[in-house]
Amino acid sequence: METILDTIRQPWPWYVAGALIGLIVPALLLMGNKHFGISANLRHACATFFPAGIKFFQYDWKKELWNLFFVVGILIGGFIAATWIANPNPVVVDPRLMEELAGYGITDHETLLPKEIFSWEALLTVRGFVMLVLGGFLVGFGTRYAGGCTSGHAIMGLSNLQLPSLVATIMFMVGGFIMANLLLPLIMRL
Amino acid sequence: MATKNDTMTAQKTPGILDKDTDFEVRIDQTICVNKSEQETPLWHNLKYALVGILFGIVFIKAEIVSWFRIQEMFRLQSFHMYGVIGTAVVVGMISVWLIKRFKIKTVSGEEIDFQPKKFNKGQIIGGLLFGFGWALTGACPGPLFAQISAGFLVIIVVLLSAVAGTWVYGYFRTRLPH
Repeated sequence: METILDTIRQPWPWYVAGALIGLIVPALLLMGNKHFGISANLRHACATFFPAGIKFFQYDWKKELWNLFFVVGILIGGFIAATWIANPNPVVVDPRLMEELAGYGITDHETLLPKEIFSWEALLTVRGFVMLVLGGFLVGFGTRYAGGCTSGHAIMGLSNLQLPSLVATIMFMVGGFIMANLLLPLIMRL
Repeated sequence: MATKNDTMTAQKTPGILDKDTDFEVRIDQTICVNKSEQETPLWHNLKYALVGILFGIVFIKAEIVSWFRIQEMFRLQSFHMYGVIGTAVVVGMISVWLIKRFKIKTVSGEEIDFQPKKFNKGQIIGGLLFGFGWALTGACPGPLFAQISAGFLVIIVVLLSAVAGTWVYGYFRTRLPH
């Protein structure tokens, strides 16, 4: 028994995670004709709390309640995994990345997010503010402008062989490569 | 309430922005949506929460929500994220193909519909901007929720900022190139 639990506690390999995430697509379709997508919840939040007379937020968000349940599930799942089956060891990070990050004063890799960036203290620094607040803004603005995020475009859209989703997915990656390799090194020095 | 509805109908003029540019929300704006949404009691939605729980666990356990894994992906230092997304797409593709091929219906006997989406400039510009945000925060919208419940409470700020970004997009939508 203990060995099984030990195995579960270790980081799961990509093929297990990929297969399980892929199976969410048919699970949602078969359960109720629902198309996999998460960023829409950000739009529902706007429609629910601050529609402000904007047409884009004038719709019956109650019809999309399933997506809210889905997100509440993610919250519960995240809690379960982090509380009872968490990896007891530090996160294994590629040595090249560790070396680069050390140059910016980031050495913590105990958990999934380095505390030098993802903490309340860091939020009050210029670097932390740009990464968390501007970063979050771009995630929300960009996904809605693109009409979907990694789940809606890269997984659901590509599964349904949609060319616009392929364009979006390629642009997600282009944006990520530019940010991580060209812009982030400058932001990290702030 | 009544006035709000009146303004809504009054605003309905045909144009690109009246078409659905959204991949995830299939609602009013599409002209010919005749979706026979079956009326179901609220607790029927619990099954989606169960799928969400599994998703949340996978997010944490496969370290998909880790900022480190995202940085490695964009620096080509690790295969992990490519493996996760690639496998998910292949499994999803096969599933969708099977559903279409055998016209499989939902558990309640409803037909499963797939609507083709049209290309617009948003997928390029918005996609690029999301990519920037993804590399900065190390999270797309789903992982944000799992990070918060895994104990990284400061991510609540990132989430609120993402909601603000969505709102600002909605506000400027008619003036942005599509």
